[in-house]
Amino acid sequence: MNYSFDFSPVFAAWPMLLDGILGTLRMSSLSMVFGLALGLVFMLMRMSKLPMLRSIAIGYIELIRNTPILVQVFFVFFGMPALGIRLSGEQAAILAMTLNCAAYAAEIVRGGVQSIRPGQIEAGRALGMHSVDIYRFIVFRPAIRAVYPALCSQFILMMLNSSLMSSVSAEELTYFAQTLDSQTFRSFEIYFTLGVIYLAMSQFFSIALGLIGRVYFSYPAK
Amino acid sequence: MTGTSASEQAIAMSGVNKWYGHMQVLKGIDLEVGRGEHIVLCGPSGSGKSTLIRCINHLEEIQQGTVTVNGTTLSQKGSNADHIRRDVGMVFQQFNLFPHLTVLENCMLAQRRVRKASVADAKEKAMRHLERVHIAEQALKYPAQLSGGQQQRVAIARALCMDPKIMLFDEPTSALDPEMVKEVLDTMISLADDGITMICVTHEMGFARAVAHRVIFMDRGEIIESAKPDVFFSNPSHERTKAFLSQILNH
Repeated sequence: MNYSFDFSPVFAAWPMLLDGILGTLRMSSLSMVFGLALGLVFMLMRMSKLPMLRSIAIGYIELIRNTPILVQVFFVFFGMPALGIRLSGEQAAILAMTLNCAAYAAEIVRGGVQSIRPGQIEAGRALGMHSVDIYRFIVFRPAIRAVYPALCSQFILMMLNSSLMSSVSAEELTYFAQTLDSQTFRSFEIYFTLGVIYLAMSQFFSIALGLIGRVYFSYPAK
Repeated sequence: MTGTSASEQAIAMSGVNKWYGHMQVLKGIDLEVGRGEHIVLCGPSGSGKSTLIRCINHLEEIQQGTVTVNGTTLSQKGSNADHIRRDVGMVFQQFNLFPHLTVLENCMLAQRRVRKASVADAKEKAMRHLERVHIAEQALKYPAQLSGGQQQRVAIARALCMDPKIMLFDEPTSALDPEMVKEVLDTMISLADDGITMICVTHEMGFARAVAHRVIFMDRGEIIESAKPDVFFSNPSHERTKAFLSQILNH
């Protein structure tokens, strides 16, 4: 082996990598927030009394969870212009990840809602509260708490999957790494460093989400 | 059943039938409860007593008959259930406190959302009722940090915060350790002394003797016997009542 390792071109490109890190964090965070919100809508549809809404939600969830996210983002970025909808790489990435995240979040949160004892809902009804208020103030927090670790793993997985968004030239970390690779040919150094950065970001998300959980779910368990 | 005029009636159930699938759980229930009356409902498990009181605030749907609370007749689908629930408080066997809210917040939530009370008013009323059940010093704790008896007293205070005219108790002491039963029963006795209308599903016969105006015995979905406590315990007229009493009193 006569390859001499040289990380200096990688470190020299730190402003570009920083841009990439910020891009990844931005796209993942937005997709998480939008995805969770949309996921709640699908979860409510999935649990609705109306067979029509249930079918739509089940169809959507099955479609998303049984197709690759790369195909989904290709469809959004390359396919939708045929319908007159042209999105930038970043917009397409956020849309695809949001749609993807919503399907998984809907199923995870549904598990949480189903773990709530019926007595909790009955207590709210007996106090004269409306369904919306019962969900918002009685069911929501304990339900999310019950599935919070699963939800966090899903978010971290999505942050890692965002590297695939480089394929539609969304300007996230992997996209910049590939650019740097084509300029310097320091593939080993670049992808090694990339791995370390993703690892650090996973840890960051894990800790940050853990802290949010500690604050929001600080009430003692039964 | 003795006729009370409509204005004196808190609750009137008439010809109530209810099925779970093919199984009939309530059979031809006729029951009138006067204002300020205290009723104890007892019977073997599966006799329909919990189901009966859950029909009063429409936690259960009925298939036939009518339920009228304070002059308002429940519609079949329960579209006016919220209206009726304003007057009816309920205490459950499993307490059903909200685990993510403090004791104080448990007592404030429905006041804020249903009564649209201000924070200050809701808090003031919550503290008043928590003091009444002797648990005000625990107001900032969470339900999981309290004993069963304390949780049940909080649940009573939470219901009282809505100014109910009627209180329904669904086996309020059945999930408690024996040493905590008394504190809950004492709270309920003090409520009864204040003249609130009360229906209580319980096997606490001491409580029945102390506060009930009428004791009702149910079996297999039917009201078998309804009598004043002294008559009910000393001289029940039905064989099934006698058999039930001998089982719960002789041990």
